Amino acid sequence: MRREPQVALLPDGRRLHLQDGPIDLIVEATGSREAVVAAYRAAADRLTGLLDGLCAELALLRSPAGEHLPVDPVGRAMLAAVRPHSRTGFITPMAAVAGAVADAVLAAMVEAAPLSRAFVNNGGDIALHLAPGESFAIGLIDRPDRPSLFARSIIHAADGIRGIATSGCRGRSFSLGIADAVTVLARTAAEADAAATVVANAVDLPGHPAVHRVAACELQPDSDLAALPVTRAVGPLAPAEVRRALEAGRAVGEALARDGLIVAAALHLAGQTATTGAMALAAA
Amino acid sequence: MSITGQDAAGPAVDDKIRCDACPVMCYIKPGMTGACDRYANRAGELVRVDPHVLIERAISDGAELVPFSQPADWDGTIVSGPERFVTAIGAGTTYPDYKPAPFIVSSEIDGVDMVTVVTEGIFSYCGVKVKIDTDRFVGPETHAVRVEGERIGHVTTGEYGSQMLSLGGVHHLTGGSKKEGRVTCQALLDLSNGKAVEMTVDGGATLVVEAGKPPIVNGQEETRMRVGCGSATIGIFARQWLGKADEVVVVDDHITGVLSEHQAGKLLDIPPTGIRIKGRRSTPGRYFQVAEPGTGWGGTDILDPLAILGDFDPKHAYPGLRLLMVSTTGEHAAYFELDERLKPVEMAIPEPLVEPVERIAENCEPALSTVLFVGGAGGSLRAGVTENPVRLTRSVRDALTNVTCGGAPVYLWPGGGITFMVDVTRLPENAFGYVPTPALVAPLEFTLRLSDYAALGGHMDHVRPLASLASGDRQSIPARRGNPWPFARRIAGELNT
Repeated sequence: MRREPQVALLPDGRRLHLQDGPIDLIVEATGSREAVVAAYRAAADRLTGLLDGLCAELALLRSPAGEHLPVDPVGRAMLAAVRPHSRTGFITPMAAVAGAVADAVLAAMVEAAPLSRAFVNNGGDIALHLAPGESFAIGLIDRPDRPSLFARSIIHAADGIRGIATSGCRGRSFSLGIADAVTVLARTAAEADAAATVVANAVDLPGHPAVHRVAACELQPDSDLAALPVTRAVGPLAPAEVRRALEAGRAVGEALARDGLIVAAALHLAGQTATTGAMALAAA
Repeated sequence: MSITGQDAAGPAVDDKIRCDACPVMCYIKPGMTGACDRYANRAGELVRVDPHVLIERAISDGAELVPFSQPADWDGTIVSGPERFVTAIGAGTTYPDYKPAPFIVSSEIDGVDMVTVVTEGIFSYCGVKVKIDTDRFVGPETHAVRVEGERIGHVTTGEYGSQMLSLGGVHHLTGGSKKEGRVTCQALLDLSNGKAVEMTVDGGATLVVEAGKPPIVNGQEETRMRVGCGSATIGIFARQWLGKADEVVVVDDHITGVLSEHQAGKLLDIPPTGIRIKGRRSTPGRYFQVAEPGTGWGGTDILDPLAILGDFDPKHAYPGLRLLMVSTTGEHAAYFELDERLKPVEMAIPEPLVEPVERIAENCEPALSTVLFVGGAGGSLRAGVTENPVRLTRSVRDALTNVTCGGAPVYLWPGGGITFMVDVTRLPENAFGYVPTPALVAPLEFTLRLSDYAALGGHMDHVRPLASLASGDRQSIPARRGNPWPFARRIAGELNT
């Protein structure tokens, strides 16, 4: 007997809400009515058992990215997304779990029916589908815990962007850095997820007394970050310090853009913003 | 991102707990939530922190307006805005309940201040009673019912036209192996939340049970309940067969009926036919145990109906005698005529008999599986409602307090305690939860006059107005059609007797 995900339309009657354990997806598809129904059904079917597949290899997925390949296709996508970052620092496939899940569900929807546009938003890590000529307007928020728009962008089908992810020390996941939010646009949600984690980790002021850090395992005994210090609170910072921290992150983002791992990134800390790559930003 | 947790309310102590709500199996420290943000460790207890469900009376299922006259004794007092009833779904619990229930909500109904005490009860003493509308053999009485090889309950005494299962209960939940408890809990949860569960009966059938849906027995979906036993079927239809057949045998697992010998046949002056039935004769025209139970004709193992017939007695039988054999659901039927040697020869069912056979099927009701959740709101749960728990029990007994389960009416079992039954299809979706104890979490609401609440020692300092709950992390859903509105007066008395 298999656990079924929770499946419900949101009150707007358009968007689908899927939830299983920690996976919480907001899904929307645009197309004919039949296509949307088929896509939503495919999304629910794809999510069914997906978590079980990941959990069967949880120990492997929580270990630093190595050569050992997971069996599960979503697990493999997670590893593939983080592997380019493993040369430069500590990273486990879990850094891409949310994005990889969003990609997998979106792929099932697109395969099931012809859709003009679709997205799968997994707690801020978003997989996009755009038919030729279509576009999405996106808004960027500075703090996941206190959302307000600080920038917008339009993603066109021809941009090659199919993933958006945001990471920061105030979201649901732990960060080694102090960024309020780092939003990354990339080819897939898994790649965006992994890169956002890496860039957000780099927005940092090592040893700064206003930054309060705790070993991840103190908060979450089975965290993949083990004893690494994660940011719990950031006190007041001088504007120059904020710029220095953002610059450290921007340098990493620029290297990733140069290597073709991301398309663009926007970094936000204490009211200041830095961008890298081809992201066309307009003040909100 | 990596999967982690964030702060939740509650004092910190040094006990991490392992959540088994999903396969991630998070270790959760006190005051923290698991990776899902839905389960938290509150001082060493695993609690659910889901959004909370409110039932809105404004619209019913399918967005139809509730007729203003419903329920009948509602006098239509005008209130501003849609009426809301707070369910306990997602309310959380304060188990072990030395604290007031999570939500104690007041609202004015008919000028009377009413209070609803809302809590999610954790039930180790609970189970489901399953009624499976089928005459097919599901398994011997008292034999174990298993899911994934684990005993989760047993076959209990059958009812008319239905097989009954009693599943769950404290012994399977907490008295056996860890796996037995976990599997039992999952099966109860799925059945209560309206999901399909496959189970096997020792020495019996494989069943797929889903509340409100036709049962599937050994891979075959049941469509109809039998119209009655074989004898009853003859009593009902004898007149319609008169002149169209000389003999009718209605094959049934319980009582197989023979028209010419049956009292109904005698009254119609149907002569003896010399038919001989293998089986134990009960009274004239009524035979027990013509065959073993099974999934063939009329809930027996018969595939060839002639197998239950002996040789015809030449004293009464004659060549050309017309014999109809039919099952108690009309699903199986065959027509025979006797040849020169008095052996039945199968022929197409003659036209005049087609309608009477179809009439049997037409009179059968759709076969369903129905699931009643049964739980006992014992001991300390009541302390979340009042400082003097026995007064709550008495108040419920005296029908001053209306008990609902996720807004659905319950049947309260007489006698001590607050043991209730509820039809799971009358609750909002996914109303039931569980804790890893393992035990089920069921919503429970106690509604009573504010003055009565004070009198029974209620937590008056925790009463808050309904309006304070109307927004935020709460989900409003339409009232379910057919459920009486929980605030309607005197409902407790009507429902509970």
